[in-house]
Amino acid sequence: MNQPSALPTAGLSRRRFVQGLAVGGVAAGLGLVRPARAQAGVQPPGVLAGTDFQLDVCRTQVNYTGRVRPATTVNGSLPGPLLRWKEGSTVTLRVTNHLRETTSIHWHGIVLPFDMDGVPGLSFDGIAPGETFTYRFDVRQSGTYWYHAHSHFQEQTGLFGALVIDSAGPERHVADRDYVVMLNDWTDEDPARIYTRLKKRSDYYNFHQPTVADFLRDAREQGLGEALAMRRMGNRMRMNPTDLADVGGAAYTYLMNGTAPAGNWTALFRPGERIRLRFINGSASTIFDVRIPGLTMTVVAADGQDVAPVPVDEFRISVAETYDVIVEPHEARAYTLFAQSIDRTGYARGTLAPREGLRADVPSMDARVWLGAQDMMGAMHAGSPLPPGEGSKVRASHDHHASPDPSPAGRGVNHARTEYGPSVDMRVDMPRTDLDDPGIGLRDNGRRVLTYADLRSLDPPSDRREPEREIELHLTGNMERFLWSFDGVPFSDALPIHFRKGERLRVVLVNDTMMNHPIHLHGMFSDLEDAEGNVLVRKHTINVQPAQRISYRVTADNPGRWAYHCHLLYHMEAGMFREVVVS
Amino acid sequence: MRRPALAALAWLACMASVQAQEMPDRHMGAMPGMDHHGTPAASAPVDGHDPHASAAHDAMAMPADGHHPMPGATIPAQHRHVPATDHPSAPMHHDMGPMQGGSPPPHARDPDYSDGVRTPPMHGIDMAMGDDPRFATLHVDRLETVHASRGGGQQWEVQGGYGDSRDKLWLRSEGERSGGRLEAADIELLWQHAVAAFWDTRLGVRSDTGGGPGRQWVAFGVQGLAPYWFELEATGYVGPGGRTAARLRADYELLFTQRLVLQPELELNAYGKADPARGLGSGLSDVALGLRLRYEVRREVAPYVGGVWMRRFGGTAEHGRSGFEWQWVAGVRIRL
Repeated sequence: MNQPSALPTAGLSRRRFVQGLAVGGVAAGLGLVRPARAQAGVQPPGVLAGTDFQLDVCRTQVNYTGRVRPATTVNGSLPGPLLRWKEGSTVTLRVTNHLRETTSIHWHGIVLPFDMDGVPGLSFDGIAPGETFTYRFDVRQSGTYWYHAHSHFQEQTGLFGALVIDSAGPERHVADRDYVVMLNDWTDEDPARIYTRLKKRSDYYNFHQPTVADFLRDAREQGLGEALAMRRMGNRMRMNPTDLADVGGAAYTYLMNGTAPAGNWTALFRPGERIRLRFINGSASTIFDVRIPGLTMTVVAADGQDVAPVPVDEFRISVAETYDVIVEPHEARAYTLFAQSIDRTGYARGTLAPREGLRADVPSMDARVWLGAQDMMGAMHAGSPLPPGEGSKVRASHDHHASPDPSPAGRGVNHARTEYGPSVDMRVDMPRTDLDDPGIGLRDNGRRVLTYADLRSLDPPSDRREPEREIELHLTGNMERFLWSFDGVPFSDALPIHFRKGERLRVVLVNDTMMNHPIHLHGMFSDLEDAEGNVLVRKHTINVQPAQRISYRVTADNPGRWAYHCHLLYHMEAGMFREVVVS
Repeated sequence: MRRPALAALAWLACMASVQAQEMPDRHMGAMPGMDHHGTPAASAPVDGHDPHASAAHDAMAMPADGHHPMPGATIPAQHRHVPATDHPSAPMHHDMGPMQGGSPPPHARDPDYSDGVRTPPMHGIDMAMGDDPRFATLHVDRLETVHASRGGGQQWEVQGGYGDSRDKLWLRSEGERSGGRLEAADIELLWQHAVAAFWDTRLGVRSDTGGGPGRQWVAFGVQGLAPYWFELEATGYVGPGGRTAARLRADYELLFTQRLVLQPELELNAYGKADPARGLGSGLSDVALGLRLRYEVRREVAPYVGGVWMRRFGGTAEHGRSGFEWQWVAGVRIRL
């Protein structure tokens, strides 16, 4: 199952495609690779610090696979320059559009006035070709964030970069070295074409589908009955158990700080130092599982918010999330930073080393695990469905709406009446609420894997009120038609969601699909709760696992029009997007 | 009386199969005007199992036994990380809605959270192509040379479409040539409309040429993906002079590797009344069972080889065509 298959891309060897070029990167000027960059190892994108910034969005030729392809970049680098701000300052960012199409930059996770949020159609009209838009706002937070385009597929083609905001006070976690580790999924293909292909055939890029050979192997190893049984539900429901990612390694080369695996991005250290690594998943569509074999990573921040330190061996970083970890290597040797994609079709890789030019073993990717019962059925799997009584009780303690739960199962799930049409291919009546599930492919892998249940914000919620009301939204889709939506209603048909200004409300998300969805609310933070309603951690992007129910509190204190969407770019484009109005 | 009923029956049979798979189970109430238990159509087996069982159990596909005491909102640790190979062992008899299809129960949630707030139209919202863009597709499902005992020829089945994921317009053609002349061909113009997650209706016209005088038909049918991944298509035709016809197709894909795919395909054609001028008898006119093995060089291009067992029945066979035929085929499948 783990054998790489050949690629649809003719004339490009699998290895070259997945590994990329050692010397790849931004091909300056005449489409040539800058020799300095090639020989010295790829340097991190430039760092711009201060309060005034000039950012130029342009089209740049890059070469990661042996083919020179156009990218959309900021100041000519991919990723764009690291912007370093200071909490308490006012920043001014002049963004000039040198493209032939409208562009925009959204400051992901930054709380600011809505007209500075950079979403065309909601915040402003976008930045027209040749125009300069000036963003100006107060920086009232610190931590690791990022920025990216909110126009077309420009985020996929390179328009993104890291944001690091230094705290106004002393840092909680001092480190001797501080590196941004930006992950992303580069493709040589035109993302508009990827989207059309997915629309026509949603498994276009899935080269790991169940085969006759898999069946025979399972029948031999586990018996015919078992082999049939493990396929029964998926086959009945027409749900593909290998549907872990929409695109994957058949089209993607995974980059770490803009460097393909063969280029081996390297961060230096001296043994005994404390190193802060700021992981950012700037992918369009790829969820990564990150580990550094030989080192324990202590997670100290999630989505820019300090959390109680959690030592782990591995963490999953969904699209648009950020995690800061601290590592303390004591040996003078190289360590591999290994970020494999959730569908195990490729990885981004770099090295922590005492000096340039070293490399450590790169682990092989984990086996691909099929989506199982809990990813389709939620809490109904494994003979432990929840009782109507207890389920209702938990729900009742949540629900200040005081509306009796009419659902026959009493589990607190109430499907929208718009979930019964062609746009929805399944509904989960008893979703799981297990925040301590690391998710498909990471369960019981013998490593300590971070889960949402491990995260505790160190700063208490700024708003301690109980939620006054609850908004339940279901994450829905139809994989065969590649339609994605909330409550079965795509963005183009949807009314805005109204948050009443000043209210504290609970958002309940139920994932009625078999895919993970990183849900991002602009302009306001989401205080993630456990199943009992206790606030755990403050995040800007919340990954909802297949057949999972998650709730979080939001304080509607930022008036305006905001985007609210799945951060998988192709899901957002296909309709999993809502406007939130705070008024 | 029997003739028009044939097409109507085909229509009903396929609609019933849609209902059986997609509609709510008994707990949720049946579709208005649709009696699951009464009509013969409703019990037409489509994918080989009882549609009643489908409605009540399969469509729900509830795993586990459902009789265990339930531990509350949080699942005990020992149940949490079940290996992904864990599977439902038996259908569950639980008073819940189906997981797929169906119609909303009366207490279904209202998805409108707008409080009546309306926002001005957006400018520059760069959802690149919109969330349900229109696009053109071309399916050359069969473009093949045929070698058979009675001689060789060529066959094709091609359709080009334009539309979004809910509504598409298709221009479709299927036919055969042998000995350098057109044996029979038809061309259809169809509007396809999504009615359920996995099912679409098709409505349009068909025109037959070759092999006798031309015939025109109004076409109506359903197509979609049945449980266990069977692609089904059922179309009824009504023409002038009380002519009726029906076409049923089913196919399946068996992946030997990610690129080597065996595709069994079954096609049945039936006519309400004999059409001697076109060499067609009444009733079931032909059955073709094909097996094509393709290699997807790219997703878009797949050469294949295969064999087709074909039988022509009754009147059709008597009209000068052989009863049985085995054809070797080789061709290319293109999907753009």
